[in-house]
Amino acid sequence: MTIDWNAFTPWSALGGGLLIGIGVAMLLLVDGRIAGISGVVGGLLRPRAGDVGWRIAFVAGLVVAPLVAALAGQSMVPHIDASFVIVALAGVAVGIGTRYGAGCTSGHGICGVARLSPRSLVATATFMAAGFATVFIVRHVLGA
Amino acid sequence: MATITPFLAGLVFGIGLIVSRMADPAKVQGFLDLAGAWDPSLAFVMAGALVVAAPAFAIARRRRVSIMRMPIALPASRDVDRRLVAGSTLFGIGWGLAGFCPAPALVVLGMGNAKAVAFVAAMLAGMAVFEWREQRRAIVGAVAD
Repeated sequence: MTIDWNAFTPWSALGGGLLIGIGVAMLLLVDGRIAGISGVVGGLLRPRAGDVGWRIAFVAGLVVAPLVAALAGQSMVPHIDASFVIVALAGVAVGIGTRYGAGCTSGHGICGVARLSPRSLVATATFMAAGFATVFIVRHVLGA
Repeated sequence: MATITPFLAGLVFGIGLIVSRMADPAKVQGFLDLAGAWDPSLAFVMAGALVVAAPAFAIARRRRVSIMRMPIALPASRDVDRRLVAGSTLFGIGWGLAGFCPAPALVVLGMGNAKAVAFVAAMLAGMAVFEWREQRRAIVGAVAD
């Protein structure tokens, strides 16, 4: 393992992470909800009275974040190496996987780990391992 | 229910993904590429988030209602089962393939990026498959009872 010192951005990572934690804390302590994004979005496909508005509002906040961040002088250009076909396959896998696994990087990785939930610790270790293995195979075995 | 506070929570969360650059799939894959030139940044994002989230959950555990008088419902399930592990494995494969997980994909969708639109559409389709199978399971279960 070699660390890519040019790519490594510990301070902005830590600062952005604090903001993510504040978003989680706001939704939890103000609205009593868990900021697990796959669960927030997935719940929209099973709509129940009184349980839709907050989900749409939270997702809207995520979607307009680039606009507001740009006004504050924070911008970021995404780089997506995968083709449209791979991106679509990945999307289906993430959609099915996060619902059967009952969470994603936010719900298990942050919210669940924050409260030391055994399920979330196992889920986080599992999707991290699967992510490491997938990138290893794609980049170093298939050589894409 | 008021929607302004969930909106602000999503906004702060999303800005955090931009500031930390975790909304950039290449950056995420740089973390997942242990055998290449490794970028440990994502671990620092998680650490930063946990520093705030852990005390928030400790407070939430001792309260029944939120500041807006909403019930605080923490997940009660403690079972580590096959669904959890198989689902998380499939999620991790998709995460590694594209470098997107759900929240960053929605943020990048807000940048008007076509691949993020494709990812979110496919993710919603995957979630719909889950809902359809769950409903079928419930119907079959009810008939079997």
